[in-house]
Amino acid sequence: MEFKNLVIIGGGPAGLAAAKSAYDSGERDILILERESELGGILNQCIHNGFGLHTFKEELTGPEYAQRYIDEINDRKIEYKLNTTVIDVSRDKIVTYVSSNDGLVEINAKAIIFACGCRERPRGAINIAGMRGAGVYSAGTAQKLVNIDGYMPGKEVVILGSGDIGLIMARRMTFEGAKVKAVIELMPFSAGLNRNIVQCLNDFDIPLHFSHTIVEVVGKDRVESVLVAKVDEKLNPIMETAFSIPCDTILLSVGLLPENELAKNASVELSNITGGAIVDDSMMTNVDGVFQCGNVLHVHDLVDFVSAESEVAGQCAVNYINGKARSAEKIEILTTNGVRYCVPEIILKDNEFKPLALKVRVANVFKKVKLQVLLDDNILISKNRAVVAPGEMENIALTSEQVQKLKTANKIEIKLVSEVL
Amino acid sequence: MIKEMICISCPMGCHLSCDITDMNDIKVTGNTCPRGVLYAKDELTQPKRIVTGSMRVVGGNKAMLSVKTSNAIDKHLIFDSLRLLNEIKVNAPIHIGDVMIENVLGTGVNFVATKEIL
Ligand SMILES: Cc1cc2nc3c(=O)[nH]c(=O)nc-3n(C[C@H](O)[C@H](O)[C@H](O)COP(=O)(O)OP(=O)(O)OC[C@H]3O[C@@H](n4cnc5c(N)ncnc54)[C@H](O)[C@@H]3O)c2cc1C
Ligand code: SF4
Repeated sequence: MEFKNLVIIGGGPAGLAAAKSAYDSGERDILILERESELGGILNQCIHNGFGLHTFKEELTGPEYAQRYIDEINDRKIEYKLNTTVIDVSRDKIVTYVSSNDGLVEINAKAIIFACGCRERPRGAINIAGMRGAGVYSAGTAQKLVNIDGYMPGKEVVILGSGDIGLIMARRMTFEGAKVKAVIELMPFSAGLNRNIVQCLNDFDIPLHFSHTIVEVVGKDRVESVLVAKVDEKLNPIMETAFSIPCDTILLSVGLLPENELAKNASVELSNITGGAIVDDSMMTNVDGVFQCGNVLHVHDLVDFVSAESEVAGQCAVNYINGKARSAEKIEILTTNGVRYCVPEIILKDNEFKPLALKVRVANVFKKVKLQVLLDDNILISKNRAVVAPGEMENIALTSEQVQKLKTANKIEIKLVSEVL
Repeated sequence: MIKEMICISCPMGCHLSCDITDMNDIKVTGNTCPRGVLYAKDELTQPKRIVTGSMRVVGGNKAMLSVKTSNAIDKHLIFDSLRLLNEIKVNAPIHIGDVMIENVLGTGVNFVATKEIL
């Protein structure tokens, strides 16, 4: 058995930012474990621009953003292992990993940060006739094939789901000479960022069919066409509206799920809304000394917010290692009236009055609303929003003074109110 | 006349309202930062995009090098610029910021590397 103060699972932007901030908080005994052959996580395959405007005040591509953090890790000589997969984490914080270099190793950690990202919803999760043939890929797999391996999966493409990866891949495949026939979205709104609809679909006149779904995939060995139909309010297809789109490739962009099998084994309590752990404002889960940040905690659309959140986790993990006691008293944040969730879910009633970001997603598209934080039914913050949508996370930044008020309140509520009221 | 658009300069995607009654004096509201105003004016007069793509690598530890234009180029030049990327292969090692193709289509903008390749 080996011993480490801090083990970080995952070397994507979350793990790297957590390691950097743990080091800068004084911790030196840190180990990052990464499954892939390089650090950087999903960013390595996101070669488009749009990363880091908040963190670095310039617009970077995914690999450039990752490299900034990789340099920070190397400058500090923080230890990391590549091609190393964590296969188990126990409740008493024993991390088991395998790698071809070290074989099977157990590490007893004082603190653990889960930063292992999310995975795409698999095709098995969608029930469509004929979906088994060749030519069906998840959008993320296609992204990896095109951008990392330099291989084009097909020529005529239909994309199911309007999540960001699907939108980005619509443009990417178009750039590489494919014809993207349509993007099909079940809901009446997109799960992706507005800017991606503009610059990935509208720029190239790619049609986006809201409230539609694929009802059948035609083709014996390889996809030949798809049958697309409108859905009613209950999301059931209306077969009379069905039309056929010839294509050789289908990309599925039907959502991301935090990767939490390991956490479950370690008795970490998960939220059935986010799929990630339930954490307090130090990013700690219900298991003492076990933290989460980044996409494993909840799916982010902006890497800048991943980095910021992970820095908090890194710093708080060091506080924990150094024996700083955690307040037993806590208060749960209530999310009501159109607000689907807030991370963190729990606020500790301690004296840590540092700036804090509340990350909120709404349940539906709402126009002309105020997003409000109420303490004991008094308004702390009220933000006017022309439009809010489930695809766009709202980041509510609180100052130290506001956090002090938050931590002394007896009731914290986040809700949407209509502006006309 | 008011034209609605979404700023794509960053992932915030602010909803902009542009008063284009006087095209020489476009008034923009709804932006969170000054880049939104610049974006709206450009988009209404001369739309531009940063182009990202990839090039094949010879002799490196990766098959593909990701690249971007160092600045936004005219939207109608996107596909011609991408064609240039497929025409040549590049030799490792390559560092972030290295100029891979100079003066793309006479725009004065370069394709630069966005990944370290050893
Ligand atoms: C297609 C796409 C487009 C995006 N576009 C933008 C954009 O334009 N702008 C923006 O700001 N953000 C964008 N994002 C969001 C941003 O990239 C992510 O939010 C961010 O990368 C999440 O970081 P992470 O570290 O939590 O997860 P990841 O990047 O997924 O990293 C997790 C790491 O953990 C490793 N891992 C997992 N399990 C194990 C294990 N058991 N053992 C060891 N290692 C493990 C994985 O290999 C991976 O390297 C995009 C995301 C995607 C997918
Ligand atoms: S106005 Fe500023 S903050 Fe809003 S999308 Fe444009 S660049 Fe981003």
